[in-house]
Amino acid sequence: MSEKDKINIFPSRGAQTQMKARLAGAVKGHSLLKKKAEALQFRFRQILHKIIEAKILMGDVMKDAAFSLAEAKFASGIDFNQSVIQNVIKARIKTRSKLDNIAGVHLPVFESFEDGIDTYELTGLSRGGQQMGKLKMNYKRAIELLIELATLQASFVILDIAVKTTNRRVNAIEHVIIPRYERTLAYIISELDEYEREEFYRLKKIQEKKKIIRDKAEREKLSAKKADRLKNVDDEEADAAAAEAEAAIAIAVAQGNIFDDNSEEEDLLF
Amino acid sequence: MAVAAAQGKLIAVIGDEDTCVGFLLGGIGEVNKKREPNFLVVDKNTSVQEIEECYKKFMKREDIDIILINQNIAEQIRHVIDTDNDNPLPAVLEIPSKDHPYDPTKDSVLRRAKGLYSAEDMR
Repeated sequence: MSEKDKINIFPSRGAQTQMKARLAGAVKGHSLLKKKAEALQFRFRQILHKIIEAKILMGDVMKDAAFSLAEAKFASGIDFNQSVIQNVIKARIKTRSKLDNIAGVHLPVFESFEDGIDTYELTGLSRGGQQMGKLKMNYKRAIELLIELATLQASFVILDIAVKTTNRRVNAIEHVIIPRYERTLAYIISELDEYEREEFYRLKKIQEKKKIIRDKAEREKLSAKKADRLKNVDDEEADAAAAEAEAAIAIAVAQGNIFDDNSEEEDLLF
Repeated sequence: MAVAAAQGKLIAVIGDEDTCVGFLLGGIGEVNKKREPNFLVVDKNTSVQEIEECYKKFMKREDIDIILINQNIAEQIRHVIDTDNDNPLPAVLEIPSKDHPYDPTKDSVLRRAKGLYSAEDMR
């Protein structure tokens, strides 16, 4: 978990928005997964309770069943074990499994059903038929209970795994993914800030440079103007002299013309 | 597989003679076309190796959904039962036998639950 553990991404505004979206997604996913984990945990505890009850009940039922077997043996007077073992053909009680769904986890549900005939119809025909019937009933009950227990147990195993993976994911998001996104985001922000500062500094620098250039240009202009002005002064003096001469000539001309050219008086004004 | 599901699946038994006979009378016994029964009678001459192989065979069979095993026999092959604990199907149920009472603390599944519940909750 070092500072370096972040997503390798170019720090840009776009990446920042993307990262923010991912962080928001991770947070949402975390809360959802947490809810799922809680739902699974809840069901898991229920099932565990049921399993414990069923296991205790199973002890009693099996005891009854075993006892009725002994009774039947005693009543029939013969040991029918071998004949039963040898006469197996087809199962009468079978299971079907359905799927139950809890928060996206599929749990098998076993159901027993009977089909076919009782292979041991004639067992104990001579003696102890009633005991034999009781024995069969007891074992059927035991089988039904055991099928129920199998359902619970399979669910237990699946839920156990599901709860573990979900918790692992929740923890992974909480302790790895979200911090990593946060670090990446922090990195992007710091880089962007750095970039901004750099940009600011650069602008400042450019302004400075521009100012220097401008100042220089100004100064040059100023000095050029000064030089110009000096030159202009000379010129002006020369001009003034010329103008005076011209004016004198003009006056002389005008004085010569003014009286004999009355018709053109208006024009003179312009 | 689909056909097997439509026909329903079997319950297998690994146990002593009386347990097997009881469940067979209950009507779960079946011998398939290869003459393989879905039960194993364990007596004092049955080696652990045989039980282990039988258990593994039952675990592999697709038509078996539930395996019932006497707890004292399960104890003998505990290492095998514990290794494929994560596979939910077939469900392995430990049942008491006539001369060995049921001990919840030995059960593979209940031992997993131990970390979650205290001892008095187990009762």
